[in-house]
Amino acid sequence: MSTPYAKLPAWADYGLIPLINLFVAFVVAGFVVVLVGENPFRAAIILVEGAFGKGTGIAFTLFYATTFIFTGLSVAVAAHCGLFNIGTEGQAYIAGLGIAVVCLSFDSTLPWWLTFPLAIVAAAVVGALWALIPAYLQAKRGSHIVITTIMFNFIAASIMVYLLVGPLKPAASQAPQTRNFLAGAELPKLNWIIELFGAKIRSAPLNVTFLLALAMAFLVWLLIWRTKLGYEMRTYGHSPKAARYAGISETRIIITAMMISGALAGMMALNPVMGDQHNVAIDFVSGAGFVGIAVALMGRLHPVGIVLAAILFGMLYQGGAELAFEMPAISRDMIVIIQGLVILFAGALEHMFRPYIQALFASLSPRSVGMEAVKGKGA
Amino acid sequence: MAQAAIELIGINKSFGAVRANRDINLEIARGTIHGIVGENGAGKSTLMSILYGFYQADSGEIRVGGQQASIKTPNDAIALGIGMVHQHFMLVDNFTVLENVILGAESDALLKKSIAKARSELERLEREYGLEVDPDAIIEELPVGLQQRVEILKALYRGAEILILDEPTGVLTPAEADHLFRILKQLKDQGKTVVLITHKLREIMAITDTVSVMRQGTMVATRETRKTTVEELAELMVGRRVLLRVEKGEAEAGNVKLAVKNLTVKDTRGVTMVDDISFDIRAGEIVGIAGVAGNGQSELLEAISGIRRAVSGSVMLDGKPIDLTGAADPGELRDRGLAHVPEDRHHVGLVLAFEENENSILGYHDDPRYLKGPFLNIDAIRNDAKDKIAKYDIRPADCRLKTANFSGGNQQKIVLAREMEQDPGVLIVGQPTRGVDVGAIEFIHKRLIAMRDQGKAVLVVSVELDEIRSLSDRILVMFSGRIVGERGPEATEGELGLLMAGVDHQEAAL
Repeated sequence: MSTPYAKLPAWADYGLIPLINLFVAFVVAGFVVVLVGENPFRAAIILVEGAFGKGTGIAFTLFYATTFIFTGLSVAVAAHCGLFNIGTEGQAYIAGLGIAVVCLSFDSTLPWWLTFPLAIVAAAVVGALWALIPAYLQAKRGSHIVITTIMFNFIAASIMVYLLVGPLKPAASQAPQTRNFLAGAELPKLNWIIELFGAKIRSAPLNVTFLLALAMAFLVWLLIWRTKLGYEMRTYGHSPKAARYAGISETRIIITAMMISGALAGMMALNPVMGDQHNVAIDFVSGAGFVGIAVALMGRLHPVGIVLAAILFGMLYQGGAELAFEMPAISRDMIVIIQGLVILFAGALEHMFRPYIQALFASLSPRSVGMEAVKGKGA
Repeated sequence: MAQAAIELIGINKSFGAVRANRDINLEIARGTIHGIVGENGAGKSTLMSILYGFYQADSGEIRVGGQQASIKTPNDAIALGIGMVHQHFMLVDNFTVLENVILGAESDALLKKSIAKARSELERLEREYGLEVDPDAIIEELPVGLQQRVEILKALYRGAEILILDEPTGVLTPAEADHLFRILKQLKDQGKTVVLITHKLREIMAITDTVSVMRQGTMVATRETRKTTVEELAELMVGRRVLLRVEKGEAEAGNVKLAVKNLTVKDTRGVTMVDDISFDIRAGEIVGIAGVAGNGQSELLEAISGIRRAVSGSVMLDGKPIDLTGAADPGELRDRGLAHVPEDRHHVGLVLAFEENENSILGYHDDPRYLKGPFLNIDAIRNDAKDKIAKYDIRPADCRLKTANFSGGNQQKIVLAREMEQDPGVLIVGQPTRGVDVGAIEFIHKRLIAMRDQGKAVLVVSVELDEIRSLSDRILVMFSGRIVGERGPEATEGELGLLMAGVDHQEAAL
């Protein structure tokens, strides 16, 4: 029998429910702020103003969002194929190696607009190859992808530590990082876009990788919903048996999806490495891969949702930093709590309010919930 | 007449704009078996869910044993002596029978006492009603027929006087169904009341005392079973006359299209499921494979369609061999003109989360008609889907609707439309009308006959003996992985039934 609440209009499904979840997350976070003895309303104002109030804040917010768009897309592509890629963190981290090789080789000879495409390819290839091994093990040996990708995060971290304190470190340096790149591997900033709107920017790391991220979001949409490969990935993701019936090779589809996911994760490294720090340093990914899981879930695995969710998390990062600065009682850890609450309500408890809202919609305007369609008319 | 066990008076229930139940009045007499029939979506399950406390009626009154009752949760229903056996069992697979029976009805914080109590009570129930089950067996190791018995025991253990069964025979073999009916009769003799929800009219005729027919949310008629006929009930259900047996001319069999020789297939545990089977199918005939579910029919279909690899033997399609060893690619077989309507449309034949038009290309998504380079040709796909919707009368006629939101019959039509419209030379169909309502069965059978008359070779596997007999030009009976006999369509049900049970009278007579 059909369920009594079937379907919400798209705007409620993709707009209203995330907003309600977000609102509840902020209310609960507000209580935490009260507990440490600060005014939650002032905290909220500082947070939002820090993220969007000034040009510099906006630029920082979008810089963080760029990173999360890549990792969110990476998780989403794998998820559409029924694979939970927890290895985005490691794939992005190890991709830094590919970027380092390109940048250190060419930064003195080539201009940025030649180095950048080379680095994109290098990052994507290294990220994809790092995802290939768990994918192969899953497809051929049945090793669970969640376990193997987690382990590959650790392996990636160990390799990078070894390389950054050894072979890749300049001899004279004490810092565990490569030498700083020259101008040929520094990406141009995008701050002028925000200045077009009249805002002033001191210095912010927003760079052309943001545009690459938006382009990738569009390409992912194209891939998933408009190509044969995307169709096959979704078929396998929903029902491996149906994929087998349809003549889709399990091995091929798992490996392809994971390599695309790994390539997207790898491209994330371009943003901090070439756009901001101009070197490859230890732990430059700093958890962005895991935030990507939350971004993908909150964005309902749709590129548009992922871009919006990435901007929200960018806001939390940037506004949170301002908040920690303005309100000494609120430490950096408090910001992590707030972020955790958003993940909890928007990701893990995504369906908590859904039944109530559906019931509400059903009683307000029955047609909007598509009940007629559900029942059909005999057969 | 005996006193009413349950009275429903003026029950109304709406989900949004859909009035699932309108003004339902129903009286169920104590100590009888009362059938409720209707097509999918007629409101049977909604009505029973209201009685069992899953839903609240918008208006109306429920009386149990003459007393007005307020049933807000299943616990209220249980307290009033109402038990329910769901279509999909609510059992914990890795618990024992005993543990499942006491689940939620434990009398003590420590399990030991409850289990000891339950064991003696269970023994009494088993004796009284002929419901033998090993109380220490693990559920997942039991066949479905026994799992269902556990569900019945669960309800009786909770003191049920009124037992509701929702489509109880959907998962059962004919023999298991017969056993279930014997149990139900025994329950009736002991004074229990049984409510049987089904859309299988034969079962209604075989076992019920009274039958009520629902159509589009209303109760259209209540009849004494012995004073009605299958034809009358079918007409009441659908609202028009229905042909229960398709009419067809003589088969004009042509060349051999599909030749299966000495085929042997094992399942994933290594048990031989198909054992040295050989048969041919010719152009222009329908070959039916009858048999109790689980005798290797599923594995046979999967091996022929390239989903499962075979151990040995050969299958020739149009005189050329199918690669059986390397797990042949189902896509390649489609290109060679072999279409397959799988038994399990929910997990294999369809992706329920997809839009209807996306499912209408499943397996044929490599066809250049649906592609523009690496991209899907969305317009072509949707137009193609719309054509099929019109041709096969798929409702609702919306190719953008999620497939899960179609009724079982319409889902099956989506699969059939996809496979038949590819104009295959060979069509193999598993359980063509499982979970499909009467109106759609007639349509599907006519389509299959039309395929035959166009000179296609059709293989039908079904556990519904009626269906096999009405469709097939030749009937093969499978038992325990082997073909134990071949009969013409004129074979009697009894004769086929014996073959299905592994007894061959002709051989015995020789």
